[in-house]
Amino acid sequence: MSNLNIPVYLDYSATTPVDERVAKAMTDCLTLQGNFGNPASRSHVFGWKAEDAVVEARKNVADLIGANPKEIVWTSGATESDNLAIKGAAHFYSSKGKHIITVKTEHKAVLDTCRQLEREGFEVTYLDPEDNGLVDINKLAAAIRDDTTVVSVMHVNNEIGVIQDIAAIGALTRSKGIIFHVDAAQSPGKVAIDVNAMNVDLMSLCAHKVYGPKGIGALYVRRKPRVRIEAQIHGGGHERGMRSGTLATHQIVGMGESFRIAHEEMDVENARVEALRDRLYNGLKDMEEVYVNGDLEQRIPGNLNISFNFVEGESLMMSLKDIAVSSGSACTSDSLEPSYVLRALGRNDELAHSSLRFTLGRFTTPEEVDFTIAEVRKAVEKLRDLSPLWDMFKDGVDLDSVQWAAH
Amino acid sequence: MAYSDKVIDHYENPRNVGKMDADDQNVGTGMVGAPACGDVMRLQIKVDDNGVIEDAKFKTYGCGSAIASSSLVTEMVKGKTLDEAAAIKNMEIVEELALPPVKIHCSVLAEDAIAAAIADLREKRGETAPAKAESAA
Repeated sequence: MSNLNIPVYLDYSATTPVDERVAKAMTDCLTLQGNFGNPASRSHVFGWKAEDAVVEARKNVADLIGANPKEIVWTSGATESDNLAIKGAAHFYSSKGKHIITVKTEHKAVLDTCRQLEREGFEVTYLDPEDNGLVDINKLAAAIRDDTTVVSVMHVNNEIGVIQDIAAIGALTRSKGIIFHVDAAQSPGKVAIDVNAMNVDLMSLCAHKVYGPKGIGALYVRRKPRVRIEAQIHGGGHERGMRSGTLATHQIVGMGESFRIAHEEMDVENARVEALRDRLYNGLKDMEEVYVNGDLEQRIPGNLNISFNFVEGESLMMSLKDIAVSSGSACTSDSLEPSYVLRALGRNDELAHSSLRFTLGRFTTPEEVDFTIAEVRKAVEKLRDLSPLWDMFKDGVDLDSVQWAAH
Repeated sequence: MAYSDKVIDHYENPRNVGKMDADDQNVGTGMVGAPACGDVMRLQIKVDDNGVIEDAKFKTYGCGSAIASSSLVTEMVKGKTLDEAAAIKNMEIVEELALPPVKIHCSVLAEDAIAAAIADLREKRGETAPAKAESAA
């Protein structure tokens, strides 16, 4: 196989391909010859074998985050985990208080869940991050009230890849007796996780960002001190009553195997991916008017979110037809609003419209990075030649002084 | 998002990219849109002694459909009188480029750019504009 696979996939934060080893483990759990039983069947060997596989997967997921396997609840993915954690805890502890704190740069699975709780009568504080995307612990502390029951902060941001100081936040929430939920959809295998050292109470996880399958996730629910949540899906009382529904053995085995591999290989993989990310950045950073979005140090290895001033993101992606990336430009969304994450960093709308997110991963090669550098430079140059804003910038016009006719 | 072949053609081979001397008495410049909204078009037209548009140039910051819309209007206005150019409607651009509903604003912007360029030229030449037809925003 060539080291340059076109189109080049640089959107690993959207999803990852399933690792061949994971796919093999999953296909062994489907057919008559395989491990197809219902893990809840207690009366025969088919059920017992399936349960054994689920137990092993549970251990693999727990090991990666420093948890006990009994603290892992299977769900359909991180979105469901976020819903179960935040609604579940907010509802359970609602007699103590009805105030929740989160951050404006959270994933929509958290923000929209909080909006729903607001409609139910809860109050939510949405903190502004600093310009580098990180939460100021003092501002978080100042937002805590006597009736605050849940704080939800993501570990790694999906757009800009910055890593929040979860341990510092956990120490604060633990001292105040507040439930701390962490959306960790983007962090397993990229940043070390220890739910005990970090004082995390609830943690959302999913498989498909870690070279596992889509459609499976987990919620870590702390046992000591015990954290309670109200179930959102009722049925057969699976997962100790917190999430009913027949366990999808093949999906669970896939997630377990993907987390086992991530745990085992993360040090080597992260060093390799970081070198590739730096290679990409070094190939672009000498261009005029390029800005990295989010902190470059407190950041996962595979993420580069960068704005090419005076070039609009969607047209840039149109030029990069052999490269799969994503953009914070409004034109790539249905809302016509640019990325709310970049706006929350205080980036002006122009730079938000001009951003591209490159996310590299397990199968990215140096040749693909070099190809990308060349293609991006060519496309930016072409579009700047087409851009009246670039003309004005080159003529020394201060674009902020121009009276634009907003439309 | 899938683009029509015509959008891709104009995007990959934009017609009449460039800049004319905005101080030339025979050149009208229209700049519409805003960087914060994600698109800015600059359209320039040059008329001959008979008031017929002999040349047009554009530069656009925006999505592929915005670039294609402005590229197309430079072709459409050439050879037209100012009144004929002013009568170009955004729906002609929509139809020609097969723009999807979310991109109709790009065609509106292109129509606005024509109107702005004509108004600039008329002002320079001391003409008063005839009653302007409402743009189909």
